[in-house]
Amino acid sequence: MSEAMKTVKFKIYRYDPEKDEKPYMQDFDLQVPANKDMMLLSAIIDIKDGQDDSLAIRRSCREGVCGSDGVNINGRNGLACITPLSALKQPIVIRPLPGLPVIKDLVVDMTQFFRQYEKIKPYLMNDESLPAKERLQSPADRKKLDGLYECILCACCSSSCPSFWWNPDKFIGPAGLLQAYRFVADSRDTFTQQRLGDLTDPFSVFRCRGIMNCVDVCPKGLNPTKAIGELRSLMLREQT
Amino acid sequence: MVNNVTSYSGNGLRDWLLQRVSAYVLGFYLVFLLCVYFLNPSIDYALWHSLFANIWVKLFTVLALLSLLVHTWIGIWTVITDYVKVTGIRLLKEAIVMLALLTYLVWALVILWSM
Ligand code: SF4
Ligand code: SF4
Ligand code: FES
Repeated sequence: MSEAMKTVKFKIYRYDPEKDEKPYMQDFDLQVPANKDMMLLSAIIDIKDGQDDSLAIRRSCREGVCGSDGVNINGRNGLACITPLSALKQPIVIRPLPGLPVIKDLVVDMTQFFRQYEKIKPYLMNDESLPAKERLQSPADRKKLDGLYECILCACCSSSCPSFWWNPDKFIGPAGLLQAYRFVADSRDTFTQQRLGDLTDPFSVFRCRGIMNCVDVCPKGLNPTKAIGELRSLMLREQT
Repeated sequence: MVNNVTSYSGNGLRDWLLQRVSAYVLGFYLVFLLCVYFLNPSIDYALWHSLFANIWVKLFTVLALLSLLVHTWIGIWTVITDYVKVTGIRLLKEAIVMLALLTYLVWALVILWSM
């Protein structure tokens, strides 16, 4: 006996710069089991397998850990692999993350995003002499990193931020700034002053206008706006 | 490429702080003017004249004018550097805004000191 099926409608952004003059939206109907839910990524992979294998999307872990499959789903950035179909209105409109150059279909060029990340020196810096074993941290200090270290660099936040759209070469963006604060807040890092000093130009931090799109979309429930506020008040304390 | 040379202080933190401080000054000045307006049944030239003859009112007004200049410049500069990507046009717009703001300032000072 075959399982009961239902149809789900999709509209997916297509663009192959080698073939297409302009991007266009393509309609797909997909048959899915009627009384089971599934994640959007699985549906996209089913479409790719069964209907059009030229459809391009990045993915890896399929469980919200690697940050590969950030896309714009019905106007909102999110991870396809942890977005259930049942939560979405049809037709489900899927586009690449906004504001980043499209390589093909749903795959965007993340160079600018990672360049901003690189700028904040996303690694521990400590100029004190090395301890015999490891740098210890009290549980209270470790707790300060909660809500910061969980970022998976999916770019859902930065690519939903108007300030990042207009100045992606100079505004660090919410993802990078969340990590900037993550290292500023780390008790084992001794370069806090330099880190803050590197961010005082009019663009890196201060282009944030507190729109909070970043907070709204983060699939890990993190709060870059709050981290940006912390950076700002620390700078204020350091420099006045 | 957008640069920082035309920003008010060249330092994001200072710009940000100045914009907040100037907002407070402007807010207080507005409250002051509203008080004058509502506490006086009729506003005539004599009242206006005696009000602005007071040196403290004059100074407060100058402070408010400077705040207006700084506040507007920082705000408009941000908007222009967000949206105008062609350097020539951006510089032109920035020049027009700066010129207008300075004209207003000088104009207001002239009025103030002729009262
Ligand atoms: S802060 Fe959230 S949305 Fe932004 S990159 Fe990290 S996990 Fe993704
Ligand atoms: S709060 Fe700041 S970083 Fe977040 S979306 Fe808004 S402008 Fe961008
Ligand atoms: S596939 Fe790894 S986060 Fe979605």
